[in-house]
Amino acid sequence: MSLDPEYLEYPKRGLGYDHGLFPYSVMEERKPLAWPEGKSVATWMVVSLEWFPITPESSPFKAPGHMQTAYPDYRHYTAREYGTRVGFYRLLDAFAKADVKVSVAANAAIAQRYPSVIRDIVDAGHEIIAHSSDMNGTIASTLPVEEERKLITESIAILSDVAGVKPRGWHSIARQQSFATMDLLKEAGIEYCCDWVNDELPYAFNNGVVNIPLNHELSDRQIINVQQQSADSYAQQMLDAHDWLSAEAKVHGGRMLPMHLTPYIIGLPYRMDAFETLLGDLKAREGTWFARGCDILDQFRSQM
Amino acid sequence: MNEGEKDPGLYDFAPYRGRKPFVWPGDKKVAVWISPNLEFYEIDPPANPHRKSWAMPHPDVVRQSHRDHANRVSHWRMAEVMSKHGFPGSVSLSVALCQHHPNVVEDANQRGWEFFSHGIYNTRYSYGMDEAQERAIIEDSIKTVRDATGQTIRGWLAPALTHTPRTLDLIAEYGLDYTCDLYHDDQPQRVKTKTGDLISMPYSLEVNDHYGFFVYNMSPREYADTLIRQYERLAAEPSGTVMCIPLHSYLIGQPHRIGPFEDVLKHIAADAGHGGRAWITRSGDIADAWRAIHTKEA
Repeated sequence: MSLDPEYLEYPKRGLGYDHGLFPYSVMEERKPLAWPEGKSVATWMVVSLEWFPITPESSPFKAPGHMQTAYPDYRHYTAREYGTRVGFYRLLDAFAKADVKVSVAANAAIAQRYPSVIRDIVDAGHEIIAHSSDMNGTIASTLPVEEERKLITESIAILSDVAGVKPRGWHSIARQQSFATMDLLKEAGIEYCCDWVNDELPYAFNNGVVNIPLNHELSDRQIINVQQQSADSYAQQMLDAHDWLSAEAKVHGGRMLPMHLTPYIIGLPYRMDAFETLLGDLKAREGTWFARGCDILDQFRSQM
Repeated sequence: MNEGEKDPGLYDFAPYRGRKPFVWPGDKKVAVWISPNLEFYEIDPPANPHRKSWAMPHPDVVRQSHRDHANRVSHWRMAEVMSKHGFPGSVSLSVALCQHHPNVVEDANQRGWEFFSHGIYNTRYSYGMDEAQERAIIEDSIKTVRDATGQTIRGWLAPALTHTPRTLDLIAEYGLDYTCDLYHDDQPQRVKTKTGDLISMPYSLEVNDHYGFFVYNMSPREYADTLIRQYERLAAEPSGTVMCIPLHSYLIGQPHRIGPFEDVLKHIAADAGHGGRAWITRSGDIADAWRAIHTKEA
């Protein structure tokens, strides 16, 4: 038994990355960022607002949270809808009460099916991030580029039409891209994406599109749904992260705490009190700058 | 190993009960070593017929960029906390990191950390290699680490824990003296190889941060509590135990985890002074101390 000799050849073994998407850079060695009013931690909430067809597709891959039982999967179809009808409005009320503006990564299907939800988001001063078509709109290198281009441009067009403003940001389902995605986003006029989790501050791809890292480890999906921890533990983890980042900011400049939220997870009745308390605790911390993705992008651009 | 046999013949059975206690240097009861994995994961590696690299079609954005977080952000966060409390690292190294990001390797070397090999990349697996191929990655590892750091590697943790039936014999033949791939004991033990003198260095999957967070789904504070319990138990048992804390900075160095982890280091460091129980050290030093004690006895 032996392996193909090519398996022991390393043509890209050299300084920097084995790809040309963006340059290597160490966060600590960059020029420090300063957030408005001397704030230390940009606290960025991103709510994913998604519509799951009851007819799931598994190509290129099946989205996290999608249908699981044999057809028709009423339990998951309706439980996801619960997030949009009920949980999301609990979150909108909590944001209003705390006077916090957030980003909402919405499927185009939300705009088509429930345009009033999009208007409620925009009227409240929140930002819309384009988040593909619906939860069958996954992207990977196995998707033909023409289909990916169509998926991206159509999603943006539908959301722009209903929101009355063109989304500046893009978030892929499950953060999964193809090797073509960043160039297709550039082509579609997108200024930033939040898919790559390799950093804790914005950085630019070689084509100019900025990535604002939306830490998946700090998401309600990861902590509550995947790791099965309580909402209280989730809240404590956010505060522990905030404390650590605040201390780092004193030495290294502005830091970022991305909080990725899912209405059908965090928006349940028994979790909402813990979340509202967390919002209050974050607001009470002096260094907190509640920001939308577009606010962080503008700060990053103006300081580069 | 005894290839194809039911018992791989790696070591003799030696029950924990009845072993003669011994002390580590400084009259310490438990040797504590931290093993940060310094890795490079290729974005588009070739396929190994026996194991898939990434779950998604390349690029597997989340999994690959999560690991890249180590080399942009979290290595320094983790390393600073370790240095602050007097913990050196014994690095499980994807040796190609010496070419891709020599700054990370240099940082670890300047902190006085030891290096052992974790293969060329953590996306190239040993499964299916013939002997010449496996010799090539061992020789590559020795040369690459020597050129980059001046150190001669003494240990091996197979890339992504992928082995062949020859691995242990080969690393022993090349003069490596410890393996981190065997999990049968809380003390170093002799390993049977054709030639050389190989011992098993207690590593740990159970308290590895990857297991803590993704197998046992612990919260950061639960993981910290687990490490403290592991330490307290090993320090309380008959003297001569080893506790390893295997880490990945892209996990332990996340902002919600590093604070609770720092509390663990404070706890152990507080028991390392005069009259304390902890010998905070490196894997190679543990191998030397164990051999000095057990060669004398033999």
